[in-house]
Amino acid sequence: MSVLTDVTRSTIGKKLLNGLTGLLLCGFIVGHLAGNLLLLLGSDAFNTYAYTLHSLLHGAFVPLAEVGLVVLFTAHAISGISVALARRRARPDGYQKSANAGGKSRKSSSSTSMIITGVVLLVFVITHVAQFRGGFFAPREYADVMINGHATHNLYALVVDWFNQAPMVALYVVVMLLLGTHLRHGFWSAFQSLGAANPKYLPIIHGAGVIFAILMTVGFLMIPIYIFLFVDPVAGGTLIGG
Amino acid sequence: MASNAITVKLLIWRQSGPTAAGQLVPFTLENVLPEMSFLEMLDLLNEKLVREGTDPVAIDSDCREGICGTCGLVINGIAHGPNSGAATCEVRMRSFRDGETIVIEPFRAASFPVIKDLVVDRAAFDRIMAAGGYVSINTGSAPEANAIPVQRASAETAMDAASCIGCAACVAACPNASASLFTSAKISQYALLPQGRTEAGRRVVRMVEAMDAEGFGNCSNHGECEAVCPKEISIFNIGRMRREYLKAVL
Repeated sequence: MSVLTDVTRSTIGKKLLNGLTGLLLCGFIVGHLAGNLLLLLGSDAFNTYAYTLHSLLHGAFVPLAEVGLVVLFTAHAISGISVALARRRARPDGYQKSANAGGKSRKSSSSTSMIITGVVLLVFVITHVAQFRGGFFAPREYADVMINGHATHNLYALVVDWFNQAPMVALYVVVMLLLGTHLRHGFWSAFQSLGAANPKYLPIIHGAGVIFAILMTVGFLMIPIYIFLFVDPVAGGTLIGG
Repeated sequence: MASNAITVKLLIWRQSGPTAAGQLVPFTLENVLPEMSFLEMLDLLNEKLVREGTDPVAIDSDCREGICGTCGLVINGIAHGPNSGAATCEVRMRSFRDGETIVIEPFRAASFPVIKDLVVDRAAFDRIMAAGGYVSINTGSAPEANAIPVQRASAETAMDAASCIGCAACVAACPNASASLFTSAKISQYALLPQGRTEAGRRVVRMVEAMDAEGFGNCSNHGECEAVCPKEISIFNIGRMRREYLKAVL
């Protein structure tokens, strides 16, 4: 245990932890996007997916995954924030004039804004979970839908309601662009943090990171924009206060 | 006065001592020849200041040919100035325009306290080296070439890492003031060779602990360090340091 605490206290241990959790979270968002793209196919497809997910492992899959995700997000956030805090201690007096060295440097608006995009994403994740998993602030109450003979939440209707609201769509667009920015530096940086980048593969990893960032951003952007433009709120249920 | 001489406006960080407040002080320097090195330009300024009875600007320098790592200034926001793969002493005044304003600051990090003006105390690097940057046993004189087989790629990579002159530009350029590039170069030069391999695990843990204890920041993989390094030390050394660390603690 003391070895583990020594490691997580060291700068390198924090980078290893940050890189590892970052890559695992990359894996999570791929799965999350793949599932959520079913929203584009309509109510049955998405609600069946949601129902199936919640019935995996006799209903244990989702709670287990949620615990895992809380651990991942917490470890990623703490190790990331620690880097930003260490920066303030390590250089309390900044330069009067600063510039980018260029050349081989990979410093970019993406790499320097990791703490900002990261904190925004953390706040977003918490509100996003409250909004869709917790069902807080829901615009109305929803009648259950029948999937395979089982009554289940009409999550599709909730999502469609939220994404018919222009400010919500705008908020998601901004946050997803920040996610892309975070991934652009974060993806290749995670490999470097794990010591898994070498001169031969780094250009490939770096390129893959850019493509990954674009794919995730476009994928996640498609959902709210498509719903806002093409999907009307699902009829039925009770409008709160309506 | 040579016809190609230029005039430069200098904004130099002046700080009378470690605890004193500092500020950028303007100077105008004429008759600067394009062939002059950056340090020779500062010599010219200091001669002028001495003649005028003003305290000269304190700077660090020794070999003035890019191999000792003593000089180091942040010039217009870039450690070691505008030329890549060059130390401050190797920067020539032909890199600057006539009438250009040049901002000159010391390497800034909490672990490198300013001694005076542009001179900082880089003893933190010495303490990192003392924590493990050596081979404990006497390996004797150069061995017979084929006695200990070393792969050519390992020898080359170790030599590249060993070319680090410890100037600390990596720390100065790092947005986080991290000493990862320096420490990783020193760890790599031993870890890649059989003579250093035996102690590799203990060395990496001790040197990383020493690096952290000195109060340097963590690495965000910006890569500014490699870009300003006069010896062009690669950030893959940082990756190697992380692998070695992981191997050592697992």
